[in-house]
Amino acid sequence: MSHPFLSLRDVSKTFHTGGREVRAVDGVSFDVDEGECLAIVGESGSGKSTVANMILGIYPQTLGEIAFKGSALPGRRDLVHRRAIQLVQQNPLSSLNPRRSIGASLRLALDVHEIGERSGRDERTGQLLEEVGLPAAFRTRSPAALSGGQRQRVAIARALACQSELVVLDEPTSALDVLVQARVLKLLNELREKRGLTYIFITHDLSVVRNVATRVAVFEKGRLVELSPTEAIFADPKHPYTRRLIGAVPVVTAGEAELRNRLMEKTDANA
Amino acid sequence: MKRTFAILLRNPLSLLGLVIVAVVVLSAVFADFITPFPAHAGAVVDFANFNKAPEWPYVMGTDLVGRDLFTRIVYAYRISLILGVVVLVLAVPVGVAIGLLAGYLGGWTEYLLMRLTDVFLSIPPLVLAMSMMGVLEPTLTNGMIAVTAMWWPWYTRLVYNLTRAEKEEGYVLAAEIIGASRLHVMFREILPNCVPSIVTKMTLDLGFVILIASSLSFLGLGVQPPTPDLGSMVADGAKYLPDSWWLTVFPGLAILVAVFGFNLVGDALREVLGAEQ
Repeated sequence: MSHPFLSLRDVSKTFHTGGREVRAVDGVSFDVDEGECLAIVGESGSGKSTVANMILGIYPQTLGEIAFKGSALPGRRDLVHRRAIQLVQQNPLSSLNPRRSIGASLRLALDVHEIGERSGRDERTGQLLEEVGLPAAFRTRSPAALSGGQRQRVAIARALACQSELVVLDEPTSALDVLVQARVLKLLNELREKRGLTYIFITHDLSVVRNVATRVAVFEKGRLVELSPTEAIFADPKHPYTRRLIGAVPVVTAGEAELRNRLMEKTDANA
Repeated sequence: MKRTFAILLRNPLSLLGLVIVAVVVLSAVFADFITPFPAHAGAVVDFANFNKAPEWPYVMGTDLVGRDLFTRIVYAYRISLILGVVVLVLAVPVGVAIGLLAGYLGGWTEYLLMRLTDVFLSIPPLVLAMSMMGVLEPTLTNGMIAVTAMWWPWYTRLVYNLTRAEKEEGYVLAAEIIGASRLHVMFREILPNCVPSIVTKMTLDLGFVILIASSLSFLGLGVQPPTPDLGSMVADGAKYLPDSWWLTVFPGLAILVAVFGFNLVGDALREVLGAEQ
């Protein structure tokens, strides 16, 4: 029997704040298949970030088990697990150290996991930058010299630098403006196909979900209320909360959609 | 760095500070060449010219054994600066390391280190240094030890607070998720972001160390004669006020000018580096 790529079994997380117990995640179980992009959606406070943080090992779960490729992940991660599971954060402004060059930030992953010959690592950071559509010469620049979209590309390159298999994307496009958003999503889709990556994509933006996700997990108040393929969720949301969530998306009329498609073609031609 | 310097030069007050600091430092370094009577820095007696009001070649007058006051003030600057630099070189790394450890590791480490720091901070600095100097022999080395002992906790406090704020930044999380060691995160990720504040505080403190060292020697607990020292010069001259005013006024002014200069530069640095972030 083959093991699921990543599995959560009855995972709960309780926080103790000011003498009160808050159950942020309550008995959640689901599997993530290799090569898919699972979107986790829900309002703020629904527990979606807590789930991601437990998968990343930022803090341990209170109850339950998280297993990666058939072996349970320990609360304190060793380098093997760190290497396999990486993160792209929401805010590319703060996720890159302002006092270190882009190259130094990328090289850290190579140094920590001893990837490649020491002498070839600087060159490797250049290749990583090219892989995310940035010039290799950017490695000597400081983050302040880059735009938001460029910084987020660097953050993606960093998550790939240690040859990770699972990438947790924590609202990676919500701090970017719409056009940049579309290009970053396109890059993420390409990288997933090319490298055979698996994504867990945390977002509250359902239009983003439509563009990238293969399946969608809907969270409400710490519980997993629905988990279906993306088309099924949009075509026939089962849970009332999912219906409300989809109902809250601004509707695009047929005319607007056509206009949008025409404009997008133009933008693509220019890009 | 270049830009920082350019901004400093544009503001008249910080320019004044830079000029004062440059003059103080350069005169201390080249004291052997610019002072009229370099031998007067030591145990020299010239009763023919004792207690003279300012007149050429004694531009600031002479002391009670006939030594040129200007010469002694310049040499006292040298001692003060050496003391200030040594104190900061000793106190800053200790304070910074403890602050980083406490701020980043948290938990029991934080509790123990910060309470220890609080103990040192709770004793009035002069009292702490005085009691140390009372136990130890009053020499330049012991003076440095005493001032260092009261100085490091301020850097711990500063770096602790900075670290607690920086710890929440995404780049720290990113390095942790990659699997970087705690040492790497503290010293290669967080510390570089604290450097501007540390440098600013060091510049301000160089003036204050000179001041506190002078206070100690004013009380007779610092550098001992015949080594020239601004604090003991003020103390010795105070007995002869107002007749021999130059004995007190010039060393006092010398302290004032040096502290003022370092403060101006420190303040300017704080503004420039603060605006950069």
